[in-house]
Amino acid sequence: MSVIVIDKIANVGRWAIDNVMGMGRAGIMLYSAIVRLPRFKKGTALLVKQLYVVGVQSMVIILVSGLFIGMVLALQGYTILVGYGAEQSLGPMVALSLLRELGPVVTALLFAGRAGSALTAEIGLMKSTEQLSSLEMMAIDPLRQIIAPRFWAGVISLPLLALMFSTIGIYGAHIVGVDWKGIDSGSFWSILQASVEWRSDIVNCLIKSVVFAVVVTWIALYRGYHVIPNPEGISKATTQTVVQSSLAILALDFLMTTMMFGQ
Amino acid sequence: MINLDTLGIDSESGNKGMLTRKIEILVGLFLLAGLAAFLVLVFNVANVQVSRGDSTYTLYAKFGNVGGLKVRSPVKVGGVVVGRVKAIKLDPVKLEPVVTLLMDKQYSSFPDTSSLAILTSGLLGEQFLGLKPGFVDDGVSMLKNGDSIDDTQSALILEDLIGQLLYSMSSKSK
Amino acid sequence: MTQTQKPLIEIRNLGFSRGQRVIYNDVSLSIPKGKVTAIMGPSGIGKTTLLKLMGGQLTPDSGQVLFDGLDIHRCSRSELFSIRKRMSMLFQSGALFTDMNVFDNVAFALREHSGLSESIIERIVLMKLEAVGLRGVAKQMPTELSGGMQRRAALARAIALEPEMVMYDEPFAGQDPISMGVLVKLIRELSDALNLTSVVVSHDVQEVLSIADYVYVMADKTIIAHGTPEALRHADIAQLKQFIEGAPDGPVPFHYPAADYQEELLHGLK
Repeated sequence: MSVIVIDKIANVGRWAIDNVMGMGRAGIMLYSAIVRLPRFKKGTALLVKQLYVVGVQSMVIILVSGLFIGMVLALQGYTILVGYGAEQSLGPMVALSLLRELGPVVTALLFAGRAGSALTAEIGLMKSTEQLSSLEMMAIDPLRQIIAPRFWAGVISLPLLALMFSTIGIYGAHIVGVDWKGIDSGSFWSILQASVEWRSDIVNCLIKSVVFAVVVTWIALYRGYHVIPNPEGISKATTQTVVQSSLAILALDFLMTTMMFGQ
Repeated sequence: MINLDTLGIDSESGNKGMLTRKIEILVGLFLLAGLAAFLVLVFNVANVQVSRGDSTYTLYAKFGNVGGLKVRSPVKVGGVVVGRVKAIKLDPVKLEPVVTLLMDKQYSSFPDTSSLAILTSGLLGEQFLGLKPGFVDDGVSMLKNGDSIDDTQSALILEDLIGQLLYSMSSKSK
Repeated sequence: MTQTQKPLIEIRNLGFSRGQRVIYNDVSLSIPKGKVTAIMGPSGIGKTTLLKLMGGQLTPDSGQVLFDGLDIHRCSRSELFSIRKRMSMLFQSGALFTDMNVFDNVAFALREHSGLSESIIERIVLMKLEAVGLRGVAKQMPTELSGGMQRRAALARAIALEPEMVMYDEPFAGQDPISMGVLVKLIRELSDALNLTSVVVSHDVQEVLSIADYVYVMADKTIIAHGTPEALRHADIAQLKQFIEGAPDGPVPFHYPAADYQEELLHGLK
């Protein structure tokens, strides 16, 4: 009986040690990738390529989702607000939900699914086909060549995507509220403008999405870099990237919302 | 000497160069789209005015109760926005709310007999400041930068009104 | 070239284990300059690991690996990188970069390290591709090539920087007889023409014996025999004989160690 209990305690201990070690390895990886700044010319070329893969290729899904989420928010909001004769407040409702929460959060979740999983799979495949080892044997640091440009591309792309998401979402709400439901366009904008504060809303939107970008890209790169090099390992790592990023995004969002708007 | 042209490997242009070029253009557009979204949010959604320091002047007003008035709430004259609330603070000595107004220089000829009231748009809507221009007479000067408006009317608190209504109804029925 | 010349790589009393499992126990060997040295042994004894230890990608638990007199695992990062520019490795999978074509793969290290102009790099790459007979596929992507061709392209990439030493990880594994012949010819020819030091890790006995100048045979976590191919063919070590002849049973038993057979049939698996 007591042996079983001690075994369980040992399991908990091993689990904790594994996790702490994993976090340590992830930290070292990120530190090494960031600190060794890439050389300017070659680094820029690599970064541009990754911005294309990570940013440009995620743009369609972000814009389409943003448009629809803005429209749905407006439709649902309208049916509730119109009951109180407060349909004028549709603009601020949509704009504030998008800028404060949905913009950064949904963009980061979509980004984790679209770009994060692709990063993990790509790097996992590079590792399992020994391309990373091969770079090392060519005296080229894979952290600098492979990890760093992808990290920066993620950190640059996600905030931009979140801004695009919120912007197109607000225009989606405008389509539903003004063109369809007949709210006056002037009052839609003026009430919206009166309630959106650029420092508390837009800057916080950017802060949130930068934090999410760092976390998602970091998890994706770490999962790929430390993959068990076989097909099963890669598929597992890809799933882990999406699950862990999503949980991290939602938890961090709650934390940051409490700090920014909770007071 | 190997003839490079016959091998179809050309140094600068060619398929690969075109592809890189296309990627560069798309990445450039991506960055510009991000910047455009930022600018739209800042200037169109948050409506940040690039304030040229001399286009506004400041007024102060004391209220008994500011109710739901907020920073950036509009100041209106007959429905026309002439300025915005810049700050709401409590006077440390008199313990009364002091509202700082940022007024548009375009509308600068209000007499110092003007009155200010906290009004509500609709039954439950946002609160704003209604400015009522006073009479103009000899010895009445115009409001300047840094002046205070003395004639103010505090916010109507709905709960108080309902309370009064109920009180007066019950006293009548007796 | 005399036998007294200093070896390029010297491994001294190397010990390495992965978790609880001991992979090497007290391995010592030396690899002479300009020769083809083969390391043979059955699958799954960590021959690739040995190459990674030699390249400084893994760190041993004990012992040293000296490259030209420098202890690879005591070097600073930049020293290690400058050593790695003098060696290269042909991975079993080829490990070509899948996002660029064959030409760019071969040009990659040159562009990174040589500082040469693009037009000179182009000529060097074409010469390397010509040497492995793949100039015709310069513009194709690695995935369009057969396994043997991928390995040859990877070989062209490995010799692009004109290293002093090339390590071949199972170069013959899974090749058809023709590609096998091509690779044997290439390794031998490159070694002679460029005065390369070659380290071939393999379990393909006949091919290895046909190209190697000197052979080490590994089993049981250490080296069990070494000598010239001729000497090994006639050596009288049971384990070595079984390996060279490919006998299914012998010192390396056919059966993996297990519980008593009758016992298990009667009472089922425990």
